[in-house]
Amino acid sequence: MDIILFELALTFYFAATIFSITEFFKSSKITSRLIVILTIFGFLLHTSCIIYRYVVGGHIPITNPHEASSFFAWCIVLLFFFLEFRYKIALLSSFILPIIFLLMLSSSLLPREIKPLTPVLKSYWLGIHTLFAFLGNAAFAMSFGIGMMYLIQEHYVKSKKLTGLFDRLPSIQTLDEMNYRLITIGFPLLTLAIISGALWAQTAWGSYWNWDPREVWSLITWLIYAIILHARLVSGWRGRKAALLSIIGFLTILIAFFGIKLLKKGLHVFL
Amino acid sequence: MNALVIGLNHNTADIEVREKFAFNGSKLDEGLKAFKELSVVEEGIILSTCNRVELYANVSDVDKAILDIKGFLSSFHNIPLESLNRALYIYTDKEAVRHIFRVASSLDSMIVGEPQILGQVKDAFELALQKKTTGVLLNKLMKKAISVAKRVRTETKIAENAVSISFAAVELAKKIFTDLSKKVFMLLGAGEMAELAAKHLITSGVKEVLVSNRTYERACELAKELKGKAVRFDDFINEMVRTDIVICSTGAPTYILTKSQMHKVMRERRQRQVFIIDISVPRNIDPEINDLENVYLYNIDDLQGVVDANIFERKKEAEKAEKIVDEEVEKFIKWQESLDSVPTIVALREKAEEIKKEELERLLNKLNNLSNEEKEAIECMASAIINKLIHPPTAALKNSSEDKEVLVAVIRRLYGLEDEKKR
Repeated sequence: MDIILFELALTFYFAATIFSITEFFKSSKITSRLIVILTIFGFLLHTSCIIYRYVVGGHIPITNPHEASSFFAWCIVLLFFFLEFRYKIALLSSFILPIIFLLMLSSSLLPREIKPLTPVLKSYWLGIHTLFAFLGNAAFAMSFGIGMMYLIQEHYVKSKKLTGLFDRLPSIQTLDEMNYRLITIGFPLLTLAIISGALWAQTAWGSYWNWDPREVWSLITWLIYAIILHARLVSGWRGRKAALLSIIGFLTILIAFFGIKLLKKGLHVFL
Repeated sequence: MNALVIGLNHNTADIEVREKFAFNGSKLDEGLKAFKELSVVEEGIILSTCNRVELYANVSDVDKAILDIKGFLSSFHNIPLESLNRALYIYTDKEAVRHIFRVASSLDSMIVGEPQILGQVKDAFELALQKKTTGVLLNKLMKKAISVAKRVRTETKIAENAVSISFAAVELAKKIFTDLSKKVFMLLGAGEMAELAAKHLITSGVKEVLVSNRTYERACELAKELKGKAVRFDDFINEMVRTDIVICSTGAPTYILTKSQMHKVMRERRQRQVFIIDISVPRNIDPEINDLENVYLYNIDDLQGVVDANIFERKKEAEKAEKIVDEEVEKFIKWQESLDSVPTIVALREKAEEIKKEELERLLNKLNNLSNEEKEAIECMASAIINKLIHPPTAALKNSSEDKEVLVAVIRRLYGLEDEKKR
């Protein structure tokens, strides 16, 4: 059942992604509508899949790589809807949907069986820690997409070649402020994730911090976003550098997420 | 009598080159005087705008005139001839007339249809009238150019889409800022084009308007007109800290805002985005400022790119306008041909002969009893009278080379030859 729901959701996301790419090259009202509608259907199916796994597994379904990727994608879609309906940022889908689709695709390639929880994970910290981490990372994924949009639009204006996407992309200030806002959402969530993780580690393994690769990469990510926020607050640092750093920040998240999984080392191996 | 145009514009010369050739401020009076003093130049006008520097002349020896005028440009601006030749275009006679008509009608403008050029053409003509550097040909040519421009404007939609520097500037501002109504705007200097751009921007709604000028009184005047606040010129850099959009067009010969000054401003304004439009030639804002983060500096050439997208629509209207210009060029050339002395001499003689014939017939009809000898004697006398009467004007037309156009025009008018031809 969950497999059918997942595959259907993946198919809808795939279709939406295809349209978001055509939208990138040639805008039309129909495709931009279709993108939203297909994504909504995908999201509903995706949500049902997660609920199904929650009911069957008896815990929040983010305890194996397949579930984690899928849940990560789900959080991003949620945030995408929020931005899409609240701010109507043109072309946002072209930058966000491919990320969602790739996450879902990688999720679909990973083993899907619902396994019973290892004793160490059986804790209320599981829900708290992972929810903070994933929502935070979703905000950073969004800021990655917005950052790319910023760099493109800024390049047009700076180089004075006002062609291509220039007409359709939002203003530089809009993108810059949106990027900042997303980081101000993501950063506290990431901080809470790290704190709750440390507390959980203390109860599970008896020490707050174990320097396992996931922890180290999270710390690096945290530092990158801390730099962006600090520099902005202190000296108004914004624009290109902030956009570039938010892109790098998300790449470190991806390394932490997938890279470490491939290494199969450390305490977070179950994820 | 040959119309001659020598000049350069945004298509043939970069802003760096145009800066060097510009006749701005006192250089214009001086240049016009020196230009008219060239022996080859019978009449002369200099049109110098941000986008073009053009010399209009009436000359008799075209080849020599081209050489001499080039020499004049080179020595006046201290630029070697070779670099000059690359940028210059030269039009004579019919093509010169067409070019001037096209310029005035804004068909040759960087932004086709922009309205400022007509004012600039009028100003150039007025200065020439004031300095008495024009005569029959250029006076007629310029008056005609202005009326052609007006005809183009009323009969085509070429100027309708508010397509100008100002339009481009506002469009860009909207792609830099989220909401213009929260932005502070400063007008630096008071060029006509800058003022227009400022007005357009203000109509799109900005939070506050600041006006600064080297002469504070002028800043106050403009501030009143634009419902803004005047800022002393020494203070404008301080005000930059809270200004988001700047349009700059002062007559300053050098940069009034350097990179290091702007760097400091950016630090003080916490790196908030700034959009600076420098439409002055020579440029007033150090172009390297564009390298600073969150600063977007556009000069007049850069704005070209902005309007490219709209050019297609205007091209259709421009085609209509070109047809009007063609028509008017033909008319003008006919008029000019009529100014040639030979047809005038012929026309004068014809007119005299006609009068003689008419009067003789009437007289001879009344006097029936005359002998053939008597008739001949009367005819002889009539011929002698008209010959003596038309001899001085004919001789003057044949001999004088200096005021020939004036003479032709006067004689045609006095003897009613103009009407004769029309009939």
